Amino acid sequence: MVQVVFQGLGRIAIHFFGYLGQLADLFRETAAAFFIGVKRPALIGRQVVSIGFGSQLVVVVTGAFTGAVFAAQTYFKFSEYGLESGVGPVVSIAMCRELGPVLTGLMVAGRVGAAMAAEIGTMKVTEQIDALRAMGVHPTDYLVLPRAAGMFFSMPLLVAEATGFGIAASYLVTVVGFRVPYSWYDVQIRAFTSLGDISIGMIKGFVFGVLIVLISCHQGLTAKNGAVGVGRSTTSAVVISSLAILISNFFLSVLLNYFFPLGGSTN
Amino acid sequence: MSDSVHFIEVSDLKKSLGTQQVLRGVDLKIRRGESLVVLGQSGEGKSVFLKHLIGLITPDSGSIRIDGEEIVGKSERELALVRRKIGVLFQDGALFDSMTVAENVAFPLRERGIRKIPELLEKATEALKVVGLEAHLAKMPINISGGMRKRVALARAIITQPECILYDEPTAGLDPIVADSIDHLIRRLQREFHVTSITVTHDMKSMFHIADRVAYLREGRIYFLGTPEEIRASQDPAIRRFIEGKSDETLKEEAAQSSKTGAGTVPLAPRDESA
Repeated sequence: MVQVVFQGLGRIAIHFFGYLGQLADLFRETAAAFFIGVKRPALIGRQVVSIGFGSQLVVVVTGAFTGAVFAAQTYFKFSEYGLESGVGPVVSIAMCRELGPVLTGLMVAGRVGAAMAAEIGTMKVTEQIDALRAMGVHPTDYLVLPRAAGMFFSMPLLVAEATGFGIAASYLVTVVGFRVPYSWYDVQIRAFTSLGDISIGMIKGFVFGVLIVLISCHQGLTAKNGAVGVGRSTTSAVVISSLAILISNFFLSVLLNYFFPLGGSTN
Repeated sequence: MSDSVHFIEVSDLKKSLGTQQVLRGVDLKIRRGESLVVLGQSGEGKSVFLKHLIGLITPDSGSIRIDGEEIVGKSERELALVRRKIGVLFQDGALFDSMTVAENVAFPLRERGIRKIPELLEKATEALKVVGLEAHLAKMPINISGGMRKRVALARAIITQPECILYDEPTAGLDPIVADSIDHLIRRLQREFHVTSITVTHDMKSMFHIADRVAYLREGRIYFLGTPEEIRASQDPAIRRFIEGKSDETLKEEAAQSSKTGAGTVPLAPRDESA
């Protein structure tokens, strides 16, 4: 019985580390492609449009309504203690450090990660990737590199956008809606939000972008068994990317707080 | 690169997929400019063998030399140069479904640095003329028939004028007339442009039409290598059975019939396969 349990655990561990190894391999190949691969500016541009421009509505709505609801909930409790001036900085710090990057990451994983896995997966099962290779075109150069470049460029900007809209929405709710004096709101946000908080958001956005690209492209490149396989890859891309974002976010928060401590004096 | 008479030399090629040993030591030399047909039942590893020739699958052991250059052990980036000597026609065409017919055909040239649209269009039209599809330049692959997709894929394979073309089941799933036109194209490319052709198929009519030599892949090895006439005349039971397309059920029926009548085996029907 004990042996069966350990065998099962061993199999899971082998599977898990094997998967991490494959992701690391794709990361190495993609990094190599940035230096020695063939760059296709048109494809990169298309990805920036698809990832960055195409995610505008999703990111703006997510950022704005998260900021708005967070401001409202905070106001309800803080106002009981006469702490209305604290709403601005709480929302601002939360949006910069956690909500902006994590929610943007999750939304982009759902929208862009799924599309990447489905598109590359379909190409895989219909031999289009073999056709690319047969023509001497490296699939990492042609498929992964433009997506990675597009994501690395777009993701920090999308995080900044979501955070910005979240804070703007919190302004509308707090100052316009609940009539908290603008001077309180403005002064407190400036006093408590540091450059470190913004840096954390940008760094997290970049790391989440890397995770989404690697996981989604890997799922596409390893798709098999026709339409069912592509469907499974697409689902896995979104699920694994989302989990990876949530789990890595905790470790990033702890690690980055070491470099940019919460309430630090960097302004 | 090499002045050898052989464009491709394969020796002792072995490959297992999962628990199944698909190739158990394939030895085969393919001469420059010849048309070799690889026959075999479904699941015998014909397509796996073909994909080895261009490095799409890495063998467990053995050697593959293309134009004198060993390709086993080469990285994906190193293989790119060797692959440019070879065109491949995939089973279902493998056209890029996000591109038009013209973009698909021009793709290999664009990847080799040709960027001028008029030049690309002219070359794509030329290649499509060879396969008789120059009127369908702007269509998407999804909007043309299966036979047309294969012909477009063939145009894409020949646009860079490769020294060798690999055909994976070029006539599978096509009606006899379209299949015949594909056979004619393969023969024409080989005769007019001296392209070395390797065709994987189980279509016997096609084989008799296009082959200079035939290799019969059975149980992971080259079981027979010779001319179409030799394979037609072969008395080997396994080969005869394949050529005549007899399943276990047919053999049982024939055995039952002969035991009833007391006659011997049914004589082979003569085939008219004028090439």
